[in-house]
Amino acid sequence: MEPEKIDDIIDRFGGRTGSLIQVLLALQRELNWLPPSVLERVSERLKVPLARVRQVATFYKAFSLAPRGRHQVHVCLGTACHVRGAPRLVQTIHDHTGLGPGQTDPQLKFTIETVNCLGCCALGPVVEIDGRTYGHVTSEKLPELLESCGRE
Amino acid sequence: MSRLNNPQDLERLRQQLQARRMAGRTVISVCAGTGCLALGAQEVIAAFREELQKRNLTASVDHKGTGCPGFCERGPVVVIYPQKICYLQVKPADVPEIVERTLEQNQLVERLLYRLPGDGRQAPREEDIPFYAHQQRWLLGNNMLIDSKNIEDYIALGGYSALARALFEMKPEQVIEEVKKSGLRGRGGAGFPTGLKWEGSARAPADKKYVIVNADEGDPGAFMDRALLEGNPHAVLEGLIIGAYAVGACEGYVYVRQEYPLAVENIVLAIEQARSYGLLGENILGSGLCLEVFVHRGAGAFVSGESTALMTAIEGRVGEPRPKYVRSNIKGLWNRPSVLNNVETWANIPLIINRGADWFASVGTAGSKGTKIFSLVGKINNTGLVEVPMGISLRKIIYDIGGGIPGGKRFKAVQTGGPSGGCLPESLLDLPVGFDELTEAGSMMGSGGMIVMDEDTCMVDVARYFVEFLADESCGKCVPCREGLRQMAAIFSRIVNGQGREEDLQTLQNLAEVLKSASLCALGTSAANPFMSTLRYFREEYEAHIKEKRCPALVCKSLTAYWIDPARCQACMICLKKCPVGAIAGGRDTIHVIDQAKCNRCGTCLEVCPKRFGAVNKLAARDVPSAPPPEERTIDRKRKET
Repeated sequence: MEPEKIDDIIDRFGGRTGSLIQVLLALQRELNWLPPSVLERVSERLKVPLARVRQVATFYKAFSLAPRGRHQVHVCLGTACHVRGAPRLVQTIHDHTGLGPGQTDPQLKFTIETVNCLGCCALGPVVEIDGRTYGHVTSEKLPELLESCGRE
Repeated sequence: MSRLNNPQDLERLRQQLQARRMAGRTVISVCAGTGCLALGAQEVIAAFREELQKRNLTASVDHKGTGCPGFCERGPVVVIYPQKICYLQVKPADVPEIVERTLEQNQLVERLLYRLPGDGRQAPREEDIPFYAHQQRWLLGNNMLIDSKNIEDYIALGGYSALARALFEMKPEQVIEEVKKSGLRGRGGAGFPTGLKWEGSARAPADKKYVIVNADEGDPGAFMDRALLEGNPHAVLEGLIIGAYAVGACEGYVYVRQEYPLAVENIVLAIEQARSYGLLGENILGSGLCLEVFVHRGAGAFVSGESTALMTAIEGRVGEPRPKYVRSNIKGLWNRPSVLNNVETWANIPLIINRGADWFASVGTAGSKGTKIFSLVGKINNTGLVEVPMGISLRKIIYDIGGGIPGGKRFKAVQTGGPSGGCLPESLLDLPVGFDELTEAGSMMGSGGMIVMDEDTCMVDVARYFVEFLADESCGKCVPCREGLRQMAAIFSRIVNGQGREEDLQTLQNLAEVLKSASLCALGTSAANPFMSTLRYFREEYEAHIKEKRCPALVCKSLTAYWIDPARCQACMICLKKCPVGAIAGGRDTIHVIDQAKCNRCGTCLEVCPKRFGAVNKLAARDVPSAPPPEERTIDRKRKET
């Protein structure tokens, strides 16, 4: 990404030191990950030490310091989904794609994440793929769901 | 729209808006909350738009996407006003019929109505449905009436009149006095009296003070704050402005978790609209009060919902808690007095100002006043959001409102209070719901998650789930929480894997004690609650895991197995084909057998085995019968047919 575009995003939040998290969230959304060069630029522009930028970027779940896949698969492991069998969905995804939570395949097709409650407990177990929420997911239906989303 | 410069402007606008509404217009409200959207509400709204245009009804009929009424189980929910006809599980294909029959011919579309359990009679209106009938919906009741993206809908219903009243008829001290008198306690978990918190901030001398909305609803299984913020953001905002006036704050923050994109969208829009109407910003309603409100999105850290951690996160740093030698209402955000309240707490404020502290306090128990929203989820028939008067019994919530446990299963426990709460057994179902009552029973009110568990839920697994959750979410700043939870998680993992030792329960209790007494913040001090409460009420399940290496609920994978009953297997090949790890042997005429060594216990075979065969069983790993010898596995279909 060009430095000017990064600067644009940083400026959108007024360039204040306190805006660090909001800036990183915007960059993460734009780039799908936070490359080292971007972190350096943020540190420079916001006058926040790089160590602190990295501390924030590694503390929060929303940030990724490695490239993420084109399709984001979030399996909800909130309590309601848990008692309705969500852990089995994680297993199913692993059986199907070979990927566990937090992993991305080398072709950058999928990134699998587990999340703690998407707030759609009535529909549990819930899987969110590329921002779309799917309810009442079963291990039987899931592979098809992954394939249909993975078709490009 | 021009700026409202005084309370009279606001009242005039409200009357205009109401007059427009009174003209007998039909309004179709479609829930556009996250749950219903996932079930296709957007398509339903589009279908109404199209159908109304097609039939030239747009002049007399309005349609809108509204907040969540709570009945997520039967979404997408459609309510037609003024008749209040409630249609459930509406699909876009149902829309032409609804428009034709209900709007044009004034008839009901019976198949979309709720049917009462038992005699199967239809319940055409919201108030006829038991799920709603037993609730007291002070906060959620308006959700279905308001287009959550339109401030005028809120104003038409009397919105911002409490603000006008506070600003022009009450002194800040009177506002605080009223809130104190109402007995309102924080809805975020700890239940601290809201008025006292405000008073502390108001009295603290400072150049600048802050008011903050905590919408970092991190408790898994809880989504009432999401529904309020998505559905009725102005109610929260109005409460916040009143709070700012009471304590003398000039800057406000709304901290929303990023997992709630729609809530972020709606509150951002609400702030913009309120500003353009002169209800935020400089000289609010001509009163001289100034307040700027900013939205801060959380970046995914459970601990950031803790008050001091949330404030450090707003400052742009890692959201870790700090010791509270001085409370944050005295020294909070940037070391200045900061009043932080939960979404639901703020939403209660306009009600208290408008209808009075006595009215508010007339509902509830001695220590808990008003209503509370719970998200009733898990193994329950009517999943969704329920708003009930404090003091109602758990039984009433679960059976009268929730409709009991699905599938004829037995109730086992209800978990309240999220990861800091506990599991309560059947013997406590008549417990009145209140802050103090729940704490005494070993659980807590928390933010309002209420997860119902049936006989198929393993309580050891549930406790393990929360311990692992918290071990993962612990920020690591203090040792008891970081190391204590890690050790507890390791012991739990041993127990559910059938390697539990006799001394494990004692070690877990020792660790729990240290966590409780020595952790820095509430995440650690309450982290042992799920373990302690399950041990207190379900000790026998722990003992079964440890002593007998058996999971009574057949949940813990290492202790359970799937087994195909040779007498029932029809060799249909379905499970064999669907097994993700190829653990099932057999053929078209050969009954299927699961290789227990290969099986990863995903349960797919049980899910896909046709109901009429019912050949796949789940049983304790130690009870799996040995497979029949190969020569006895052939099915002679001819003989079966004759």
